[in-house]
Formats: sequence, C-alpha cells, structure tokens
Amino acid sequence: MAIVAMGGEGGGVLADWAVDLAEKRGYWAQATSVPGVAQRTGSTIYYLEFMENDVSGREPILSTMPTPGEVDIVLASELMEAGRAVFRGLVTPDVTTLITSTNRMYSMQEKTAMGDGRISSEEILESCEAASKRFIGDDFAKVAEESGTVISASLFGALASSQALPWSKEDFIAAVERSGVGVANSLKAFERSFEMAKAPKKTKSTPVAIEIGKRPEESKPTGLSPQEELALISNPASGVGPALRELAERIKSEFPEPVRIMLVHGIKRCAEYQDVKYASQYLDRLARIKDRDEKLGDGRYQLLTEVARYTALWMTYEDTIRVADLKARRRRFDRVRKEARANDNQITQVREFFHPGVEEITDTLPGPIGRAILKSNYATRIIERVTRDGLRLHTTSLHGYLLLYTLSRLRPLRRRSLRFSLEQNRIDTWLDQVFDTANEDYNLAVEIAETANVIKGYGDTHKNGLNNFNSIMREVNQLRAKKDSGAALHIASLRQAALADESGAKLRALLSTSA
Amino acid sequence: MAERSFLEEVKKLRTGAGEEFAGEGILAVTKALLQSGVSYVGGYQGAPISHLMDVLGDAKEILDELGVHFENSASEATAAASLAASVHYPLRGAITFKSTVGTNVASDALANLASGGVTGGALIIVGEDYGEGSSIMQERSHAFAMKSQIWLMDPRPNLTAIVDSVEKGFQLSEISNTPVMLELRLRSCHMHGKFIAKENITPAFKLKDAIENPKQDPARVVLPPASFAHEQEKIQKRWPAAVKFIKDNKLNEFLNDGTEDIGIAVQGGLYNIVIRALQLLGLSDVYGNTKIPLYVMNVTYPVVDDEIVQFAANKKAFILVEEGQPDYIEQNLHAVLRRADVSTKLHGKDFLPVAGEYTPAVVTKGLLEFIAKYRPNLISNEEALPSVVKPAAPRIKAENIHGRPPSFCTGCPERPIFTALKLAERETGKHHVSADIGCHLFSILPPFNIGATTMGYGLGSAGASALQSKDTDRATIAFMGDGGFWHNGLTSGIGNDVFNKNGTLTVVVDNAYSAATGGQDLLSSKAENEIRSTKHPIERAVRGVGVKWAKTVTNTYKVSELRDLFIDALKKKDDEPKVIVAQSECTLNRMRREKPAMAKRIKEGKRVVKERFGIDPETCTGDHSCIRINGCPSLTITDNPDPMRKDPIATILSSCVGCGLCGEAAHAAVLCPSFYKTEVISNPGIWDKFKLSIRKSVISILQNGIDKRLAKIEAYA
Repeated sequence: MAIVAMGGEGGGVLADWAVDLAEKRGYWAQATSVPGVAQRTGSTIYYLEFMENDVSGREPILSTMPTPGEVDIVLASELMEAGRAVFRGLVTPDVTTLITSTNRMYSMQEKTAMGDGRISSEEILESCEAASKRFIGDDFAKVAEESGTVISASLFGALASSQALPWSKEDFIAAVERSGVGVANSLKAFERSFEMAKAPKKTKSTPVAIEIGKRPEESKPTGLSPQEELALISNPASGVGPALRELAERIKSEFPEPVRIMLVHGIKRCAEYQDVKYASQYLDRLARIKDRDEKLGDGRYQLLTEVARYTALWMTYEDTIRVADLKARRRRFDRVRKEARANDNQITQVREFFHPGVEEITDTLPGPIGRAILKSNYATRIIERVTRDGLRLHTTSLHGYLLLYTLSRLRPLRRRSLRFSLEQNRIDTWLDQVFDTANEDYNLAVEIAETANVIKGYGDTHKNGLNNFNSIMREVNQLRAKKDSGAALHIASLRQAALADESGAKLRALLSTSA
Repeated sequence: MAERSFLEEVKKLRTGAGEEFAGEGILAVTKALLQSGVSYVGGYQGAPISHLMDVLGDAKEILDELGVHFENSASEATAAASLAASVHYPLRGAITFKSTVGTNVASDALANLASGGVTGGALIIVGEDYGEGSSIMQERSHAFAMKSQIWLMDPRPNLTAIVDSVEKGFQLSEISNTPVMLELRLRSCHMHGKFIAKENITPAFKLKDAIENPKQDPARVVLPPASFAHEQEKIQKRWPAAVKFIKDNKLNEFLNDGTEDIGIAVQGGLYNIVIRALQLLGLSDVYGNTKIPLYVMNVTYPVVDDEIVQFAANKKAFILVEEGQPDYIEQNLHAVLRRADVSTKLHGKDFLPVAGEYTPAVVTKGLLEFIAKYRPNLISNEEALPSVVKPAAPRIKAENIHGRPPSFCTGCPERPIFTALKLAERETGKHHVSADIGCHLFSILPPFNIGATTMGYGLGSAGASALQSKDTDRATIAFMGDGGFWHNGLTSGIGNDVFNKNGTLTVVVDNAYSAATGGQDLLSSKAENEIRSTKHPIERAVRGVGVKWAKTVTNTYKVSELRDLFIDALKKKDDEPKVIVAQSECTLNRMRREKPAMAKRIKEGKRVVKERFGIDPETCTGDHSCIRINGCPSLTITDNPDPMRKDPIATILSSCVGCGLCGEAAHAAVLCPSFYKTEVISNPGIWDKFKLSIRKSVISILQNGIDKRLAKIEAYA
C-alpha cells in the first residue's frame, strides 16, 4: 500500500494507524517513508507491506520500495498526487484500488500564471479511473476540514469502507482510538468518509452529464441550473431589478438568445458601477458587433459573447470608487464573517490594505486637475510622500467606514475624471478594431476581443498588461496588412504568452521571433 | 525543542532482555547503542538521522542513569573529532550524521582518527541520503571508507540485522583498532519493524576513569614518523585482523549456495530489493528461500578476497548488485578474481544501471537479463513475468503532472525576506545571490527564483567571496541560515569577508532553530533549553569578528522596512562586509506552541484576538501578482465567482495562520486593494461590545441605503 501526500498532511499518522491495525490483527507490518525536506509541503510517499504472521515464526523479507504493477492500494491526499502515482506506474488496472481525495492543491506553476494555468481536473480524473482496477474519489479533504481534523482520518475511513484490506471497520476504529490524539474529530471524519466511500462522487462508472440545448456558448458554467438558464434567456427582465427592466426588454428584442445571459450580467454590472445610462451605453456599444456577428458568424455568437464580456469588464474598470463601493456593502461584511467562521459570541473586525499610487489618485480627479497634478513634479512628490506608507483602514470602525462610504459615493465625479475619458477612448478604439477586422477574418476578431483579458490588475501590473495589450494590437495591424491567414492562431499564442508572466518576457520573445 | 517529541518513544529504550521492541529504524539503533555499552554519543542532525539525535535529546534520564555523555555537536567535524576519546581509552563512542555531506565535513577528523587508530570501539553511523527523497548531491560514503581505511557495514534492512551490526561494529572496531562506519539507507532509518531486545549496559570503564587517568602516546598522533608507521600498521595489522573477524563471525552471508552455477552478490542494504526482484521472477519465496545462490555483503569494505573466490569457485558467472557510482566494489571484485586467476564471469553494471537508485523495478529488469543469458530455463514464460519488466506507456499525460518541490510553509517568516529582496531589486537592479543550505534555499524555486549557487552548509558568504570588484557599484548578496552560521559560516564566511575586505551583504536568516533538520535548538535559539546553553545573539558574534555594519531585524513580516534596509545596504558601496540578521521564529515551531495555548485561553473565557487574511473576490482581477511575490501554500487560486470573468481569482485557505505577509506584500508592492485582515475576537469585553453596538447602528443605516440602490438594479429571488 502506498500513501502519496504532501508534507504536513498527516501521511505518517495514517501509516502508523495502518501498522498498528495490522500488527493487532496478526500481521507482520513494515512501513517506510522518504521524508527529507519533503515535509515542507512537497510531495512525499509512505510505503507499507503487510504479511500474515508465519506459523513457524519466520520473518518475511519485505520490500522498502513500491514496484509498479504490484501495488494493491494507493491512497492519495490530493488529485494531482493521485495523478503522480498513476504517472509513476504505482496504479495499474489489474491490481490497484485507488482511493483519492478529489480536491486540488494547485501547484506553484498553476498559481503563478497571469491567467488560468490550471490543469483540468476532469482529465486527471479520467486518467485515474482508467489506470486503476477500482477507483474511489471524493472530496475527503473537505470532510476532514469540516470535522476539524486532517485528511489522514478521512482517507483511513475511505480505506476501511473499500474493504481492500481484510479487516473490519471496528478494527480500524480501534486503531484510531489507540493512537489517543484528537480521537473524537478523527472518528467524525472517519465515519463520514466511510459512508461517502460507499457511493463516492467519482467511481469507475460516472454517468455522462446530459447536454441540453439553447445554452450560452461559455467556457465556464454560469452557476445557474439549466432551468434557470432557460428562464433567463426567454425572459431577461426576470433577472434584473425595476430600474433595468426596460434595458432587459431591449436585450430580449434586439439580441439573440445565446448572449442574453452575458448581457444581463453586463447591464447589471454597468448600472451598479455607474448608472442606468451607463448600462444603456453598454448595449449601444454592442449593437454594431451584433449585426456583424449575425452576418458573419455561425449562429453561436462567439464574437458577440466575448465582446459583451470584455466590454462590460472594461467599462467597469477598477478605480478607487469601485473598490470602496464593493468593500462597503453589507453582503461583503456577511461573507467575511462567514469565512472567518465566527460564532455569535465573537466579534469580527476588518482592516484593509490600501496603497493608492499617484496615478490612482489623479485617475479619480476631474480630468484637468488630474492632468495638472501629473505634470507637476512638486504635486506628485507631495502625494507620493503622503501615500508612501499606504493606508491601513479599519473598515469596521466608524471613521474607517465613513471614509470608505464617502469614497463610494463619489460616483457622479467619475464621468468627469481623467481616467474615465481615457478608458472610454481605449474601449472604442478596441471595438473599432474588432468591428473592422470581423469583415476580413471572423476568428481574428474573436481573438482581438479576447485580448482585452491581458489588461488586469492594479498599479504596475495593470500598466504592464496595457503595454502587452498594445504590443499585441500593433501585431494585429501588421497581420491585417499582410492578410495573414494564420493570424488568429498567432494572436491566441501571443495572448497566452502575455498571460504567462508579468514582465512580458515571454511575449517579447515570441514577438521578436515573429518579427 | 525539536519538531517532534520522542518522550513516548524514549520509554521503549528501557525494553528489557528478551522483550520485543517495535518501532522505527533509528530508534532501534539508539537502543542498540545502549545495549552495546556506549559511553558517549555525538552528532549533527539532518535527514535521515535527525531522529537519532532527537531521541537521544529526549532520553536524558536514561542516558544519565547509564552514564552516557551526549552532545549536539557544533558540526560533523566536531562529532568526528569527539571520537578521539576512543583513541587511548577503552571507551565505546558513536557519532551520527547525514552523508555524504556530513562525512565531507567530518573527513579531516576521520582521516586523523583512522590514521592513529582506536582502542575503544568507534562507530560512525551515516544516514546515506541517496535516491528518492534525498536532498543532497548523489554520492557514496564508500569513498571515504576506502580512502581513510575505515570499515564499512551495510546491513540488511531489517531491525534485527541493523541492531546486530551495531554490536558487531563495536567489536570489529576494537579488534582491528579501526573506526567502523555503519551505513543506514534512507528508508531503513524510517522503517517500522521489530527485534528482540537485550539489556542496556553500563560500561565497566567509565568516562570518569579516562579523565582521571589521562594517557599520552606520541605513537598514536599523526606526526612523522608515527604517521608513516600508521600506514604500515593499517595494512599489516588492522586489515588482516578485520578480515579474520568478519570471516569468523560470518558477517557476510552465503545463502542457498550450491543450488545453481550462477549467483548474485549484493550489498546487505539491497538484500530485500533483490529478494523482491527474485520473488517477482518466481525464483524466491518471501522468506528468502532463493533458487539462486546469494552472497550478502553486510560488510562492503574491506572486501574479503577469500570469500569472493569461494563464492565464484563453482559458478559460471555471478552478478554484483551495487548501488551508486563509481562501482568501487565491482572494480575490487574484478581485481580479486583476476589476481586469483578465477575465470568465473562477473557482471554488474553491464546489466544494471550505472547510476541512480536501485529500485525493485530496475533490479528486476537487470536480474532478468542476467538470468536469461546464463539460465534461460529458470525464467518462466513471457506471460508470467511481472508487468514491471514489460514496456508500458504512462497512463497519464506528463504535462498534467507538475513538480511539487518542498517550499516555505504557511506563515513561514523566511518568505517575507525574499519578498522584500525581490521588491528591493526593483529599485537596485538584480544582484548575484549566493545561497546556503536550509529552508531558505527554497528561494531558488518559483515564485522567488533567488539564489544562483549553494556550495554547502554555512558556505553562503564563502560562495560569494570571489565576486568582488572595484569596477562596479553592484553589491553581491549572500544568504546563510542560523544553522549554517554556527556550523561554520561565522568563520568561513563572515570572518573571511572581514579579513579580505569583501563588501558582501550577508543575510543571516535567524528563525531560532535549526529548522530544516527538524527544529533543533542552536546557540542563538530563543528557547530555554534544560540541557543546552542558548540565547547567544548572532549580531554579537559577527561584531565580535569585526563586522561594523550589522543590523538585526526582529520582525521579518514588516516587508517595507526590510526592503528599505536592503536598499540601504545595497547602495553602500565600500569594502565593509554588511550583515543583516533577519529574525522571526519558525512558524512550525511557533504554532505548535501557540495553538494549544490560544485554545486554552479561549476556553478559560479570556479575550483572545485571532487573525486571518482574506481576499475580496469582487476586486480581485485574477492576475495573481500577489502569488508571484509570495508563494504561501495557503494563498492559492479558486474559481472566479464573477459570472463574467473566466480566470481564477486568488483566495486564502482556512489554513492561513495570519502571519500578515500577503497584506504587507500587497502594500509594499503597491499591488492591489483586495487583501484584508479579519480579526476574530473571542470572549469580547464590555468595551468591545459597546463599540460594536455604536458602529453597527451607524454602518447599518448606510448599508441599508446601498442595499436600496442595488435592489433597483438586481433581482432578488
């Protein structure tokens, strides 16, 4: 039996329980491990062999390392670790029962990508299912957390439940009890996992989800049930408040079904951000793209969907007013309290870490004033000095909240701010680009739309993103001039490169090779 | 105090004669030392033998009863030098460390010890850190045994054999006046198994007897002409005595000899792997009844020539299973056979891999090839062969599996040091950074990518010493941990910089423990330690050797302060060495102490504030800049709850210990306003409650207004 885990997850405790259990049941047990520095959150493996005691008392000679093709049970604390066991050949379809928690602990590579660098859990699950004789996968980590213990306890429960070892549930429980540490919580997790593993979410025969029609062209789930999706598509007004009813009706009359959910989100976002008029401007911006897509697209409205997404996100760019508005809401206060798992007798306090740069401040000021400050070295230096150490704001205090609230009420100033006019120009230039390109190359137009995603973050990150965006747009112009047929693919790879690292090094490297 | 407490396990050291002892390999070795009447033990912690030191540290009572002197040596060299006590006196002594790195450090003392020879048994227990799970360069301790003529034992990986070889090792050492090295492989150290114990022994000749009756004999000191005599003595007296003892006591085993005219010679430590391989090939049962003769070398140096000739005598060919390279034993056996003019074919690394760990998979494949060449009839038909010898494509795409190297723990106080340096470098430009050994070496990996080389424990500054030039204003940076600092870095690095007028900035990471090896105490530890003297500040030591620019930062989580200090130090271009002692307690150790204490205070009804951090999903744009300057395991990504956004957002898991780095880092790097700190106040006081009621009423009114506006825009179900 191999236990694959990450350092600090209690793999050693699990091995100890198993050894104790085996010895009590008249088996010879040998356990080995390779801790080293892996205890510091790296991958680690424990390997155990059990052998029924010899009647004549001979000592069996057991292996200190697993052999691919000969491992009966693999317990994994996390999905990619299960995948690693499959990759190492420890899991084989003829012998191995693979029990894994299906939760993900993302690798550094997945976490540090600018965009979505995650490996598909579905793909790993499919490989795990195909590679094993029996597969038991469910979120055992969640059970452990909810029971106030670590994953060793829930995996031990799943192991008992699988009956892959010749011992009874009571034997397993007795081993946990004998260990004497955190027994109550461990057994709670053990019991729940024992039941879960009888009918785990992921087994070797998971039914395929049924596809239903008329769903939006989306790369991620909308979070709505299919019924809710259909209701919203046929009646967009059902998804908005009274102030937006009119615009929702406009969506219904003017826009095709596959984009309606996106548009409902879009008008709500813009109205919340600024006002109803702004939401109406949002729909205005999309009208001509819709016409193009109707003419040129295949009816799935891929172009319009992406333009609708990124126009809304761009129009609601994150400025100080927006951040203050989002942080001052009651629902946020509730969420924070829930997240901290505070009970009724506990008080929660929240502190923010603000560090506005000079530009973030001038952005919010009326255009002429903002520009004047930016031009004046003296004024920028004063602001820099004042904001150097940033602002730690106690949101749940009176003065802190009042400051935040006041900031959030500056919404009317926004239309006259420096950044507002700047962003509106950028949006329109980008939309022109999309619109013009669509005639020549539909797929390239989709790529241009999606390239808006490289602009994100705050401060320097935002600046770098904008630079990357501009370099890609310059490349677009050249490609259009050359009428390059592989343009869309090329832009897609540039976009991915721009999201690979913050400095834009990968993007520059790619641009220099294509130049 | 060490990361793991062995107070429970230590009781097992009292197991009496005839009773069964069940436990970890390293604990068994400790018990074996006491059964052998050891007088003193020293060593330096490091995987895989850290636990041996930790067990002894927790066993003060038993050691006192038996009169055993135990020390946490300052370095492996110190430990090796302590074996000097066995040179003139009939005292049994043992030392232990991680090898080959520890043996490298110890080799000066070991060579001197081996030259003069010993009277009392001297045992060097090396944890051979080789193969999967190893954290060091892949080399063999075998070379050290050969060069200094120290006997090398490599027992079969079961507790009975290991415990036996401790006792036999002492005897062998005494009879041949030679130190003996006992090689324990990584997995043997952490192996759970059992053996039948013997009574602990109080040695007849005590340390006190030696101290009160000092001996002196220039013939045992390495100085000409004695040093020349030592070499002759090694060959003429000690070697033959050792060989005789090994043969008489049958330390090496001939198993099932005569069954076939081919055979397998194997290092004792690999015996179980060979048995597993033969089992898979249908040529052995689980109790070691093999169909092919085995010669098990539980002593791998010296090679007993007669036994090799004897094993080869009635065979066409045999294969040697020897892990690692160079193939010292194979070369040795070839010479033995050639000199004895034996025509038996010897195989080894022609069938087995030249380099790398000998797993059951590679040994099975190698043995299969060997047997197929000489006795194909012994091999069952193709179908019955184990799948491991058959080619197989991986059952999952390689790109779906990312490497998961070790990294800084959640809340680690070392991480902010590298965040601060990364931010400082935005201003000062990139620097050459010489790294050291310890948890801080994880900085070389993403997301920090800081550190160009590491030349060994405590050698961080030394590794930067050549990169000094009058032609540039750019300073060179060195890192060093508190462990490495006391091990040798104070002299090899700091003293060296002072003397040579090197302007290197050395950052000493002082987390109050030898953290990477399991949280043992050091000279500069803050903890009270009953058996050791602690609380000797690092800054005082560096000033003592002449450093003038030395600063101690007592809270590494203050990223901005540390960043400014780095910038300040890096902008000073002179030939003054600079030292920053970056101090904050190892979080693993801190949490182990504080978590239960906090729970207790809450239970007692006292006001307790617990902190954790969070990220607002609405304001996070999913660019992950925060992760790239932080890398905390509890700072990760999750699905974006925003229906319009595709990329995952950053999130903080409940494992957050509230160290504050993410807030500080976002702040110092002017990153993003999404981070917030939540303080949960348990058992709030009257004043807390009063403030809360006022705040609640005002905030609530304003939030009602916000909700009203939102209600016009959103539809509530």
